[in-house]
Amino acid sequence: MRKSQQSHRLPAGGIVDREQPLVFEYDGVRHEGLVGDTLASALLANGIHLVGRSFKYHRPRGIVAAGAEEPNALVQLARGATTEPNVRATTQELYEGLVATSQNCWPSVRFDVGAINNAVSRLIPAGFYYKTFMWPPTPRWWLRYEHVIRHAAGLGRAATLPDPSHYEHQYAHCDVLIVGAGPAGLAAARAAANSGARVVVCDEGPWLGASLIGAAATIDGASADEWTVATTGTLTMNPEVTLLSCTTAFGYYDGNLVGMLERVTDHIAVPPEWVPRQRLWKLRAKAVVLASGAFERGVAYANNDLPGTMLAGAVRTYIERYAVRPGSRAVVFTNNDSAYATALALHAAGVKVAAIVDPRSGSELDGALPLAAREAGMPIMPQSAIVGAHGRLRVSSVDIAPVAGGAVRREDCDLVAVSGGWNPAVHLFSQARGRLRYDDALATFVPEVSPLPITAAGAANGRFGLADALADGHVAGLAAAKQAGFSDGARLDIPQAAPVADGPLHPLWSVPARAKTEKRFVDLQNDVTVADIALAAREGYQSVEHLKRYTTLGMGTDQGKLSNIVGLALLAGELELPIAQVGTTTFRPPYTPVTLGAVAGHETGADIEPTRYSAMHDWHIAHGARLINAGLWKRPHSYLRGSESPDDAANREAKNVRTQVGIVDVSTLGKIELQGKDVAEFLNRIYINRWDTLAVGRCRYGVMLRDDGMVFDDGTTSRLSPTHYLMTTTTVNAVNVLQHIERLLQVDWPELEVFAISVTEQWAAAALSGPNARSVLAKIVDIDVSNDTFPFLAVGDCQLRSATGAIPARLFRMSYSGELAYEIHVPVDHGRAMWKSVIAAGAEFGIMPYGTEAMSTLRIEKGHVVIGPEADGRTTANDLGMGKLVNAAKWCIGKPLLARVGLGPPDRWELVGLTVHASEAPAAKIPRAAKIVVDPDRALPNPALGHVTSWCWSPNLKAWLALALVADGRARYGETLWAVSPLADAKVRVAVGPPCFIDPEGERLRG
Amino acid sequence: MLLIPCPWCGPRNQVEFTYGGDATVTRPVPDAPDAVWLHYVYVRANPAGPHDELWLHSAGCRQWFKVRRDTRTHEILASAAVDAPLPGAAT
Repeated sequence: MRKSQQSHRLPAGGIVDREQPLVFEYDGVRHEGLVGDTLASALLANGIHLVGRSFKYHRPRGIVAAGAEEPNALVQLARGATTEPNVRATTQELYEGLVATSQNCWPSVRFDVGAINNAVSRLIPAGFYYKTFMWPPTPRWWLRYEHVIRHAAGLGRAATLPDPSHYEHQYAHCDVLIVGAGPAGLAAARAAANSGARVVVCDEGPWLGASLIGAAATIDGASADEWTVATTGTLTMNPEVTLLSCTTAFGYYDGNLVGMLERVTDHIAVPPEWVPRQRLWKLRAKAVVLASGAFERGVAYANNDLPGTMLAGAVRTYIERYAVRPGSRAVVFTNNDSAYATALALHAAGVKVAAIVDPRSGSELDGALPLAAREAGMPIMPQSAIVGAHGRLRVSSVDIAPVAGGAVRREDCDLVAVSGGWNPAVHLFSQARGRLRYDDALATFVPEVSPLPITAAGAANGRFGLADALADGHVAGLAAAKQAGFSDGARLDIPQAAPVADGPLHPLWSVPARAKTEKRFVDLQNDVTVADIALAAREGYQSVEHLKRYTTLGMGTDQGKLSNIVGLALLAGELELPIAQVGTTTFRPPYTPVTLGAVAGHETGADIEPTRYSAMHDWHIAHGARLINAGLWKRPHSYLRGSESPDDAANREAKNVRTQVGIVDVSTLGKIELQGKDVAEFLNRIYINRWDTLAVGRCRYGVMLRDDGMVFDDGTTSRLSPTHYLMTTTTVNAVNVLQHIERLLQVDWPELEVFAISVTEQWAAAALSGPNARSVLAKIVDIDVSNDTFPFLAVGDCQLRSATGAIPARLFRMSYSGELAYEIHVPVDHGRAMWKSVIAAGAEFGIMPYGTEAMSTLRIEKGHVVIGPEADGRTTANDLGMGKLVNAAKWCIGKPLLARVGLGPPDRWELVGLTVHASEAPAAKIPRAAKIVVDPDRALPNPALGHVTSWCWSPNLKAWLALALVADGRARYGETLWAVSPLADAKVRVAVGPPCFIDPEGERLRG
Repeated sequence: MLLIPCPWCGPRNQVEFTYGGDATVTRPVPDAPDAVWLHYVYVRANPAGPHDELWLHSAGCRQWFKVRRDTRTHEILASAAVDAPLPGAAT
């Protein structure tokens, strides 16, 4: 479609560059804007106010504000291949080719089917969902409603494609952080920098200056813009000062950490690939000056949501900053002097000001600005208020009536500029546990005191006048620098601006309704009206936090920046309480929405955490390994040959271990070296079994308990010399066990002379298992590995022959598979050579590598427990059949509490083995994660006797096997029970027996 | 995010540390009565205010040490090596 002209652009003024037009697309129509525009100012320059439909009633809505507080002008923005919802048109900088669409309307923003909600609005009051959809009280009904509600509700559309942008995190420190670069912020920065402090200044806008940009004011004899340029110029030259534009301080966290979001490329049509889209700053500041300005608030009157109704300050911003005329004929409605500056700006921009409607009277209207308006000939209507507005997609007229009642006068207009006063943006101050105080003169909450080093300044501190803000900022900047340890620098005068004599504000939150059907909006984003607040109060929602949740006041993407104070003032009125007593809702971060991508930063996908590889990883990959994650490690699950399935591969590998020989990479096991004269005593205290009796050159299996008596970890520990031990832990607990040991040695038993260090990374390890294991090993090691000289549980050093020469190795005769087995540990750099040497030596004996799946099958066949499935944090050593390991003659961690009632028989769930009962069909298998019951057909709830913990097909026994924890399990050997899985709709009869299916006497591993 | 003063490494970001619970409970002697053991394992004070606790500089020097933190404000009042008293500590 043809692009429209910039019909509402002023011929001069503003920061827009008339030499640089930009073309953008809004709802399928091409328009022209200028460099310097926001999307909102460009739309207004083209005469477009209507930008969306409201959340609940689907009423037409226009641009209300000129900044982050915008409740309505939320658009869906195309971003390359993807899309971003709820972008505030008022803060999105325009760029060439920008494509945006309106939200929450179908089929179009001008004709929206959902607007039926407006016609039936009396049927959907506040709390409507809670009242209606929670009845009848069966959840099934909610499920039926939910589908419809979720479709009808919500704002934009989330992207369905992965976010192609990248984001980064920046950590930084400074002495003084200044949030906001308006008059107070710049005055504070100037003063703090002058004292020598390291200063960071951030501002959410693309230019520093905020309210000074384009403002008709004079500071130190220069125009506001000239002063801003000079001041920021001086700051830029100072190497200790960092100025960040497009950067929002969104959260104040412990330790004076301020979260800031810098939008790096959001204003660029085609961002360079190597630049992050956004940068999340984590800045620690010694002191913070909050110069975040203030938000204007509206007044609730009938149809105060019609497009063309804007905050007075925003109207002035569009005129002065963006050189846009937001209307042709305006009515200004205000209870304070600030909107008179808007009236003057409108007048200067050639907009007819039809009336200035002001509830105040007499000397209240003698401020400098009302006088100037009067001199300019603008009609001021004192003691009056707007009682309603008319129009369909845009305001066309307003009704004005005397506050005391009387004749209503209709005034035609296409723009209403409203001001109900100003609220300091206290969000960060409040997040920093700063206390707020209700100020009667300003009729709003202002910062009082925070226990943390944060000071509000300027409008954020309730100092709305320019001269006041400059002085307040200057003082706050000096104080913050002092707080950070800097004394005043060279003499620096407070920037001077002409003070303006303001008349008092007359609090006005809403105008009485003339008819019940009239809607007077408080929260424009959530469609909360004056009547909704009154209803909530009547129904007992008298706390401001309850009001918020019942009416949704102050929720949504704007978090009530415009509505909260008005809403709680109205609640106070309903409750007949002072506003100060009603208080505010809690301010929580983030101040404005933060992209999840920015929170994640680089920690996405493969970079979400480190990946650990064993020294043999490349060999595994080259030999068909299918990997699984084990903690941070990548481990071979199985080695696929040809078109083999992973299950077939694992079965082949497990069978080969029992018939010939296999090798598995066990480098991931935790390895901790312990040295010192007291290691044996220490091991006695942390393991249930005895260690002082372990001879040098031998190893032993051990079990550790937690202090509450439950099994913590298991593994094998070897005695390498009288004072030198090597402990192995499970892969998953390697970190926890080290931490446990360090704590005991440093905190509880510092008198023990034991030194512990993790050597997991330093050693590569492989387990060689199977009847041919000794034959393989004998070919490549320089020691005698016969059963007599190197029996079960022997440990020794040796040299291992490899293609690259002899490798020093530690050899351990231990077995997890239940077969004759050895563990070989070599320095990690030799891991690959060791592995290849064993594989080569094993070729004639039928060696195959095996993965974790075959390892699991082998250990289930043997009934060896695993930390996690069997030792699940609720099982004792006795539950797992290892009660005899608990040495009666010595104390150990966890032992005192083992004597508790309930940890002994009866009624403990004990480890058993399960096989498919002979009466079942040959193909029957035990369902995964099955529950064990006596009668599978009993009515629910069918009490569980236990559950399957591990489960496999045994290629060696050609049978389905399971380990299970079953109530009084060892007393049930020989019983028949049922394994059922309601999820898989499966049940099978199982025979209960001991948890060991192969070689229960352990002859193979000792042979 | 807390800024934790490790007695050995200086102030560091919270992400480098692991929390270790109440520093004022001490491990009972092995033959302590059951009630003492139960108390040691399960019972903890939950003070609103200064709390002496153990932290491990797990991504740093791997030393356990004591921190006094105000549980109401997260303000860190002091830190000390595990065998040194926190300033003004009652016990």
